[in-house]
Amino acid sequence: MLDCTPKEITKRSGGLINPAKTCQPLGAMYASLGIHGCLPHSHGSQGCSAYHRAHLTRHFREPVMASTSSFTEGASVFGGASNLKTAINNVFTIYNPDVMAVHTTCLSETIGDDVATIVKTAEVPEGKVIIHANTPSYQGSHVSGFSNMTRAMVHYLAEADEENKKSQINIIPGFVNPGDMREIKRLADLMGLSSIMFPDTSGVMDAPLTGHFDMYPRGGTTVKQLRDTGNSSLTLALGSYASADAAHLLEKKCRVPALVLRTPIGVKATDEFIMAMRQHSIKEVPYELELERGQLVDIMTDVHYHFHGKKVAIFGDPDIVIALTEFMLSLGMKPIHALTGTPDSTIGGPQGSFEREVKGMLEQADLQGQVKAGADLFTLHQWIKNEPVDLLIGTTYGKYIARAEDVPLVRVGFPILDRAVHSYLPIAGYKGAMRLLEMIDNALLERIERDCTDEDLELVM
Amino acid sequence: MKNMAMKELDNEIIKERSKSIRTKGRQSQPIQCEADSVAGCVSQRACVYCGARVVLNPITDAVHLVHGPIGCASYTWDIRGSLSSGSDLYRYSFSTDLREEDIIFGGEKKLARCIDELVERYHPGLLLVYATCIVGVIGDDLGAVCKAASLRHKIDIIPVESAGFSGNKSDGYRAACDVLLRMIASEEAVPKKDNCLNYLGDFNLAGEAWIIKSYLNEIGIHVNVAITGDSTYDTLLEAPSASLNIVQCAGSMGYMGKRMEQIYGMPCMNISFLGLEDTMDSLRRISSFFDNYFISSRAEALIKREYELYAPVVESCRARLQDKKAAIFVGGGFKAISLIKQFRELGMEVVMVGTQTGREEEYDTIHQMVTDGTVVLDDANPSELETFMLEQGADLLVGGVKERPLAFKLGIAFIDHNHERKHPLSGFIGAANFAQEVYATVCSPVWRYLNLDGI
Ligand code: SF4
Ligand code: SF4
Repeated sequence: MLDCTPKEITKRSGGLINPAKTCQPLGAMYASLGIHGCLPHSHGSQGCSAYHRAHLTRHFREPVMASTSSFTEGASVFGGASNLKTAINNVFTIYNPDVMAVHTTCLSETIGDDVATIVKTAEVPEGKVIIHANTPSYQGSHVSGFSNMTRAMVHYLAEADEENKKSQINIIPGFVNPGDMREIKRLADLMGLSSIMFPDTSGVMDAPLTGHFDMYPRGGTTVKQLRDTGNSSLTLALGSYASADAAHLLEKKCRVPALVLRTPIGVKATDEFIMAMRQHSIKEVPYELELERGQLVDIMTDVHYHFHGKKVAIFGDPDIVIALTEFMLSLGMKPIHALTGTPDSTIGGPQGSFEREVKGMLEQADLQGQVKAGADLFTLHQWIKNEPVDLLIGTTYGKYIARAEDVPLVRVGFPILDRAVHSYLPIAGYKGAMRLLEMIDNALLERIERDCTDEDLELVM
Repeated sequence: MKNMAMKELDNEIIKERSKSIRTKGRQSQPIQCEADSVAGCVSQRACVYCGARVVLNPITDAVHLVHGPIGCASYTWDIRGSLSSGSDLYRYSFSTDLREEDIIFGGEKKLARCIDELVERYHPGLLLVYATCIVGVIGDDLGAVCKAASLRHKIDIIPVESAGFSGNKSDGYRAACDVLLRMIASEEAVPKKDNCLNYLGDFNLAGEAWIIKSYLNEIGIHVNVAITGDSTYDTLLEAPSASLNIVQCAGSMGYMGKRMEQIYGMPCMNISFLGLEDTMDSLRRISSFFDNYFISSRAEALIKREYELYAPVVESCRARLQDKKAAIFVGGGFKAISLIKQFRELGMEVVMVGTQTGREEEYDTIHQMVTDGTVVLDDANPSELETFMLEQGADLLVGGVKERPLAFKLGIAFIDHNHERKHPLSGFIGAANFAQEVYATVCSPVWRYLNLDGI
C-alpha cells in the first residue's frame, strides 16, 4: 500500500516529509500574473522558473509565461547583476510587457544580488515599469511570496495624487482562484461599490479559448488602477497572511485605511465582508444578496444532520484553512486537525496567527484538536492515524492520506493537480459556500452509499 | 502579439536566437544547440537537478532527500508516473527544508540529522542526497556529510551533484549516471549471467519497462535490470553481470552505456521501442546479438503475433489521420527522431521539430529525415512555438506540461510524451496506444466549437 507513514509519532529535528507548502517565488509569480500586461521574471537559474510555471500550469491548466535571468556557474560566483540587466533589456525588446515583475530566488538571495538598486537604475522604455519583490524560499512559503509581490505593487506604484480620497475601495483577495476573485468583485458590485481588486488573475488564469494565444490576456489589474489604489478610501485585505502586508503599507504610504478580514469563505466570513462594505456604501444590502444568503442558510438547515458531529481534518494555506475551519464549525462539524505548511513566523517577516486563531475557534466550540503551522503532511497523516476523521479537506496532496486511511477527500485550495474546473468556480461568497456544501455533502453521502449494505441503501437521504 | 517570434528574429540583441532555428531547404549552416539560454528569455528548459532527479527517481526503495529550500523538493514530489512493483518510498518527498539560519550557519548539521532520522525510520539500502543551487553557495560539503553518514549507518549514502545552475537538464542526466556508476562499481569481478541484458533509459512510465521486459522474457532473454524504471538498490548492483546494454533514451542514458562499455567491456546498443517499425527492428537486432536460433525464432513469432494484433489499430487510425500535420517539441533529440518515424507510420507530416536539449548529431539526423519546409529549432520559447505552429498549420503538438495549454489555446490538439503520459507508449501495444491517443485528440469533436458561428 502507498503508505510509508508509521503511526507512532517520534521526535523529528528538522526537514520536511511531504510538504504542505511550496516556495515564495511561485506565489510571487502568481500575484504578478494578476497585473494586466505583466511578465513575471525569475531572477535565478532557469530551473526554478521552469518548475514554477509548470506547477501553476498544472493547477490552472493555462499557459504561464515568465522569463528568467538564466544563471550559470559564472553568475553564481560573480553575482547576477549583469544577467538581470541583460534580461531587462531583452524582456522589453522582445516581449514588450507593460510591467516586468522581478522576484528573486534562493540563489540570487544567497549570493546577495541587490535587485532593488539594479531595478532602480535600469533603463526602462517610456511608459513601462519594473517592480520587484524579495522572495527567498528559506523564509515563509508561496503565500508569503504572494504577499510580498502584492506589497511590491503598492511600494512601486500606489500614489495618493488626488486631494480627496475617492469613494472607491481596494480589495486584496489573497491567494485564491480567479473564480473566487470574480465572485468577490461581483459582491462588491452588488453592494454598489466601485472597487479596484489587486492582484486580479481573473481573465488571465481563466482566459477563454479563442484560437490564438495572448501572451497578455485581457484580465488583470492595470498599472493605472494600481496607481489609483492610493486614492481609494479603504482597503479590504482578505486573509491576513496573503493580503495584510500590502494593505498596511498602503495605509502608511497613502493613508488609505486598511481593514483585514478573513477570506470570505463560509457564511460568517462572507457576512463580515458584506458588512464591511455596507459601512462604506450608501446602499443597503440589495435583495439579490439577501436572497443568496437566505438560500445558503436554507441549505445549511436542510441538511445539517449530514454534517453534525463529523470529524474533519483541514490543511492548506493559512488564510483558507482558518476560514474553512470557521465554516465547518458553523455546520456542527468537528475540525479536529488543522494544519498549514506556511510557518507562523519568519525572521523579519510578519508574525502569523494561524495557531492562535484556529485554537481560539476550537476552544469556543469546546473542541479539542491538533493545530499546527509550518508542519508537513507526514505529521497530518500521523495525527489521522492516531485520531481518525470522517473527511479530509485540502489540496491534491491529500490523496495519499485519503487512500491509505480510506477517508473521502474534498479538494480545496492550491494546488489541485488532478481535477479540473475548480479554478473557474468560486468557493468564496454565499454562492461559493453553496458549492462547498454540495462538494462536502456529496463526498460524505457517496461514502455512506459505497459502504452500506443492500438493505441500508436508501432512496431518500 | 501574433508575430512575437518573428519580431524576435528581427531584433539585433536576440539575433543569437535565430542561430537556433532552421528551416529545411532554406538555411544550410548547422543549428546552434547545447548553448545556454539567453537571459530574459521565456525558456522551456529545466535545470540540472531536474535532470538528475528524473533519472534517479524511479529507484523505488531509495530515500530521495533533497538538500535545499522546500521548492525544489515540492515540485518533484511524485510528478513522474514511474510505476513500482514493490516499494513506494520513492513517492514520498523528503527535504531538508533549509531555513534562514541554515543559510547563515550552513546546512551540514541539519542534513546529517535528517539522514540519521530517515535511516532509522526506513532502513533503506540507498539514500540519495540531491544538491540544489544554494548548497554550493553556502559551502556545505555534501560529500563529507554523506561519507560520514555512510560509515555511521553502513549503507550507501550518495551525493548527487545537481546544483541547478551548473548546466542544464542534460548535465543532470550525466550527474545521475555518475551516481549509478559509482554505486555499481565493485572490487570483485561479477560473474556473467547467460542471455542477459540491462535495459537502460526506460523509467517505467505507465509501466512501459514491464512491457519490454515481457517481450524479452518471452523470447528467452533475461532483463537483468531496467535502469532505472522500477529498479531497486539490490537489482541495480547486479548491473555489471549482464552481457549487453540496450539503451532506449539515449539522451539520458547514452553516457551510462558508453561508460559501462569502457569499464566493463559491455557492448552497448541504441534501440527504440517507440512505434511498430522501431520495435520490430530493435527486437531483431537484440536477438541477433545473442546469435541463438531459439531466441531469433521466438522473436519472429512474437513479432508476427503482436504485429497482427496491433498493426490494424494503427492502420485504422492512419486512415483518419492521413496528411494531418504534427509539431514536435520534446526534451531530447533521440525521442524527436523516434516520433518523426511514428508520425510517418500514421501517415502524418511533421512540420516542426524542436527539442530542449538535443545534440548536434541528433539535429543532423532530424534535418535529414524531415521534408523541405520543416522548421527545426533548439530551446524554443513559447512565442516561437506559437508562430511556427500557426505558420506551418500544425494540427497536433507533442510536448510536455508547459506546452499543453499553449497548444489548446491555439485550438491545436496535444499529446503528452513526457511524465504525464497516461498510457504506455512503448512496444506494439504502445504504438497502438499512441495512434489512438493521436486520433482521440486530433479528431475530437471539441475543436468544432471554437467559434460561436461554427467555424
Ligand atoms: S531554489 Fe528556491 S526558488 Fe528555486 S525552486 Fe528551489 S526553493 Fe524554489
Ligand atoms: S534552485 Fe537550482 S536546483 Fe532547485 S529548481 Fe532552481 S535551478 Fe533547479
